[in-house]
Amino acid sequence: MSESLKITRLDALNRELGAKMVPFAGYAMPVQYPAGILTEHLHCRAQAGLFDVSHMGQATLEGPGAVAALEALIPGDIQGLKPGRQRYSLLLTDTGTILDDFMVAKISDTVLFLVVNAGRKEADFAHIAAHLPDGVTLTRHEDRALIALQGPEAAKVFARFAPASETMSFMDVRDFEIDGIGRIRASRSGYTGEDGFEISVPSDTAEKFVRMLLAEPEVAPVGLGARDSLRLEAGLPLYGHDIDTTTTPVEAGLTFAINKRRKIAWDFAGGPALRSQMDNGVSRRRVGIQPEGRAPARDGTEIVDASGAVIGKITSGGFGPSVGAPIAMGYVDTAHATDGAPIALMVRGKPLPARIVAMPFVPHRYSR
Amino acid sequence: MTQIRFTKDHEWVRLDGDTATVGITNHAQEALGDVVFVELPEPGRDVTEGEACAVVESVKAASDVYAPLAGHVTQTNAGITEDPALVNREAAGEGWFFKMTLSDKAAFDALMDEAAYAKFVEEA
Repeated sequence: MSESLKITRLDALNRELGAKMVPFAGYAMPVQYPAGILTEHLHCRAQAGLFDVSHMGQATLEGPGAVAALEALIPGDIQGLKPGRQRYSLLLTDTGTILDDFMVAKISDTVLFLVVNAGRKEADFAHIAAHLPDGVTLTRHEDRALIALQGPEAAKVFARFAPASETMSFMDVRDFEIDGIGRIRASRSGYTGEDGFEISVPSDTAEKFVRMLLAEPEVAPVGLGARDSLRLEAGLPLYGHDIDTTTTPVEAGLTFAINKRRKIAWDFAGGPALRSQMDNGVSRRRVGIQPEGRAPARDGTEIVDASGAVIGKITSGGFGPSVGAPIAMGYVDTAHATDGAPIALMVRGKPLPARIVAMPFVPHRYSR
Repeated sequence: MTQIRFTKDHEWVRLDGDTATVGITNHAQEALGDVVFVELPEPGRDVTEGEACAVVESVKAASDVYAPLAGHVTQTNAGITEDPALVNREAAGEGWFFKMTLSDKAAFDALMDEAAYAKFVEEA
């Protein structure tokens, strides 16, 4: 493994647990533990999986103009977000393409907490910092660990340490004081389609807290490999694959992130471009794809129609352990973006039959 | 007499009389992780040494399986297309991929024996 890779606060524990470490976004990250991707995936759907996602970027945006400054860069409504609530949003270019997708929590009317993708954090924070008025500051929290506890038993387990967390709903954010750990910040959210929490933990006690969680009988460590198959089954896009600076939220089927109030003035980066796309339609759309056979079709696979003409490309594809079959998502020409439409996937030179299907592949089980 | 040889692509070859059985090594299945799909060559296909002739896919990625030697594919293992996880459970036995007759039986002896393969894996 390259010496230049950064490590997370949980690196020593990951290695002790027998993780297979791989380079990801400049970090040495656990792709799987000895149980393996399939078992880890199924464990997360059945009980509770613990993920080290400390490579992700955490920051606080603070000041009287913080909400307005962020709203200028995103299509989401932060003004109307209640303190203690979190929202999924998108950092957009001036042409309406996606710089990153991220979570923003409102801690108070003047304090926002951001969690962004690892591979984008340098660019994101530079972009945000370049658009701040006087009096608004962006403070990164590179020292804090970030873990995700996901699965149907996650809430029960977390409540043993933070009893008040039981009353939290999906996308609630709250701080807790944990004995021997210090102040943690938990949001009821995740990237698996399951109920669960993403938890920001002080660096010095992160390993201790993870050991406490892993000691619970329902909890097993889960690596990035299963995180990918879990989010694919949940129909959630992965930045750099399913969304990037060549795709817009309209093409990506993320128009829920374009808030109603923001659609009156369209006064955010890329607003006019997205307004035009909403009015006039787009030429391609992100869709779910179900291969009919058992062969997985991976990222980059060409999608063709009955005549063999290329109509799109897969952006994420693999095997869905809970589905028990290969699944994929990708972009197709709008004319073909209809549930049930037959398509073919060019795998090793052969057209494999597949269908456009609705996502998610596995129903979300959020605690609303 | 049954003999086993190994390739640098982590395949094993077992020679029984004129028939060679080919599979992937335990080391290979461990590195791949959970196997979810295999694609096997058509029986009757002639293959050259090192030719990609089968595919094994884990949850993570797709990998080629190569013909260890030149020859003629005679039979494939339907057991692993129906239950790909058999490759993980029984890589060196029931999880075999295909059988073939060899164009040059002498070439078999040039492959690595068990001790040489163990050393190759250790040094890799």
